[in-house]
Amino acid sequence: MDEGRIVIVGTGLAGYNTARELRRLEAGRRLPLAIVTRDDGRFYSKPDLSVALARGKAPDELALAGPEEMAAQLEAEILTRTTVARIDRERRAIELEDGRGIAYGRLVLALGADPIRLPLAGDAAGEVLSVNDLAGYARFRERLDGHERVAILGAGLIGCEFANDLAAAGHAVTVVDPAPWPLARFLPEPAGRRLERELAGLGVTWRFGVTAERVDRVDGALALRLSDGSAVTADVALSAVGLRPRTALAAAAGLEVRRGIVVDRLLRTSDPAIHALGDCAEVEGLVLPFVMPLVQEARALARTLAGEPTPVRFPAMPVAVKTPAHPVVVAPPPEGAEGAWEVAEDDAGVRALYRGPTGRLLGFALTGAHVKERPALARELPPVLP
Amino acid sequence: MSTSETPFRRWQCIVCGFVYDEAEGLPEEGIPPGTRWEDIPEDWACPDCGVAKADFEMVEITET
Repeated sequence: MDEGRIVIVGTGLAGYNTARELRRLEAGRRLPLAIVTRDDGRFYSKPDLSVALARGKAPDELALAGPEEMAAQLEAEILTRTTVARIDRERRAIELEDGRGIAYGRLVLALGADPIRLPLAGDAAGEVLSVNDLAGYARFRERLDGHERVAILGAGLIGCEFANDLAAAGHAVTVVDPAPWPLARFLPEPAGRRLERELAGLGVTWRFGVTAERVDRVDGALALRLSDGSAVTADVALSAVGLRPRTALAAAAGLEVRRGIVVDRLLRTSDPAIHALGDCAEVEGLVLPFVMPLVQEARALARTLAGEPTPVRFPAMPVAVKTPAHPVVVAPPPEGAEGAWEVAEDDAGVRALYRGPTGRLLGFALTGAHVKERPALARELPPVLP
Repeated sequence: MSTSETPFRRWQCIVCGFVYDEAEGLPEEGIPPGTRWEDIPEDWACPDCGVAKADFEMVEITET
């Protein structure tokens, strides 16, 4: 099978890191490489978006390199503002919206994910923004400029990071979430309550146990009506209620798709000539929209593309929540793992350890100064995917 | 090679923004304060996101 050209679709961290790791490998140096993206192709790091205000960074300053520089650095052809309409698996080519076709020896889908949009009534529902890339962040900052009140839907990782960044920059922030405390999926109550208190100290208002139902324009502002009948007034509304892997392109081509594009340990989809990684992929049932798994995947996939099939392995991968007012690091126990939390709290923060029936450490949640204990505790954790 | 007089530097992960400060080191990872960037092993990875040393950039200089 002629290995031929490698075509990567997507220039987020997954796409560009795969290309960068490939070029770092001796065997990966000379392989012909084309990268296609709907965006402008600028190289930036999505985690930077939720800490940019504190660093005094304008959106454009978050771009680390433009597409021309990346094309030169990666010795790749980069097609920006280009949307893939279809994958033609028989002809091994992708068809672009403008009708052109690009042949591939191996295709890498690094499509990312779409922010989940909750059904909202009201004449201003369309004004609720979501941020999942640099362009989306630039729109948000433009809308934010000169305004003070921000309503955030979702007290998950992104919601909390944005709440901290905005509040620290002087904005009046209200966060709405049906869960009882922040990061409820990751944190036992004491840790969640501590983060709640610490961010409240920064001026964040929390509205738990409720969801937003309507958003209307009233007197030039956004009036959100919540499920308990109460209201929140804001100038800007941001939705951060989770991501949905982008699987449509793969599904239309008949590839196996569940929550994400299904891939094996070699990150191969159900078509061995097509790989997928990052937020759009589901590796052995795991959809891990975080940077650390993505970096592991990019490194393994680069070796596989360079001719040395390398299964991806996930060590324990604690997630750092960038809330400087009270930092948090979590290593969630595996889904449905038997065990219980052991929680200790002091002035420095909360240390919560999740131990299995035999006392084995299966997960942890550290807040405040206790985040320093991460390396030692992480070493005790079982790998996510050995 | 930086000598002991040169001011301590700070290095930032371009992927997730983690900052390594030579003055502080990473004691909990066995990297004592004052450890220069060059003296950190090549296979060291960013504690927050796992990328290699090559994905770090020097940020502004901290005063000693």
